[in-house]
Amino acid sequence: MNASVWLIIAGGTLVTYLIRLSFIALLPADRLPPLFMRGLRFVPAAVLAAIIAPALLRPEGSLALSLANDRLLAGVLAGLVAVRTRNTWLTIGIGMIALWILSAF
Amino acid sequence: MPTLPIVPASEHPARAEFWNGVRDQMPLLLGVVPFGLIFGALAVTAGLSAFEAQGFSWFVFAGSAQFISVGLIEQAAPAMVIILTILVVNLRHALYSANLAPHLAHLPPRWKVVLAWLLTDEAFAVASARYQRPDLRWAHWYTLGTGLTLWAAWQASTAAGILLGARVPAVWALDFALPLTFMALLMPNVTDRPTMAAALAGALLSVGLTGLPFRLGLVVSAVLAVGLGLLVERQLKRGTVGAESGP
Repeated sequence: MNASVWLIIAGGTLVTYLIRLSFIALLPADRLPPLFMRGLRFVPAAVLAAIIAPALLRPEGSLALSLANDRLLAGVLAGLVAVRTRNTWLTIGIGMIALWILSAF
Repeated sequence: MPTLPIVPASEHPARAEFWNGVRDQMPLLLGVVPFGLIFGALAVTAGLSAFEAQGFSWFVFAGSAQFISVGLIEQAAPAMVIILTILVVNLRHALYSANLAPHLAHLPPRWKVVLAWLLTDEAFAVASARYQRPDLRWAHWYTLGTGLTLWAAWQASTAAGILLGARVPAVWALDFALPLTFMALLMPNVTDRPTMAAALAGALLSVGLTGLPFRLGLVVSAVLAVGLGLLVERQLKRGTVGAESGP
């Protein structure tokens, strides 16, 4: 058993739970700085894009801006599917299949 | 504390609401169960013990943050940075919390404590739709039904993934399902030019800042991208004052 993994779980649980509890039980929304409330709107777009981009552009750690980067091509295709269909399962399905086909060649 | 009388589902509205919540959450399990499977398998192949992997799902109960954490643990990032990253990745739940708060304001603390614990992307999506419909007297039971269903499915699928573990072949590239899932979650959040700017900034910065010490790249990129979103929003508002009559 690794002590630091349990430390991460404990800390991660605490911060996650406090966020979830925040407006439900801890603080009324009108007591927070308006800038913070306005900023919340941008959090999903900023965080999700920041998670996706390195996974596509640096799949092995170094920048791979080329047609030989299967994950970049499959990811771009999945992005187009997501924009067109707004369907989670179609996005994941087509992205995975594209990666399998591309990496087979 | 008032307790509910034991009566058949058809006779008590609380029970009917609860089971409706369970039922309405079911279709979303199609997305959650493979996700949990992949998490369990990835966590043990990354070197976590079965208890640690299940502990993440049991306590943290936040799919995306769990995936990122396992990746960072594998890269030997400091614990404090991983916790900070979990905070930033889960900050979007504050939006859900703010959204549900008025509907739960009348409930006793024990309800708030439990429903907040069960607040996730998928459960919020179903529960918030319930609050658009009439007769909300027993709607908290519905919310409980959605949350508990998701929680149980997340635990079971994580456990199954742990059991499968390294037997999932690497060529399946299951880890790629994570950025793809986020791609699907991202698009509905890009609704206008300021959110588009935040998304682009988050993407470019995180690619540029992967070399940042302590693996702080994701945290710094997200914070800067939110700042840029606010800036673009302010600039656009300034530009349109007087030019348009409505919002």
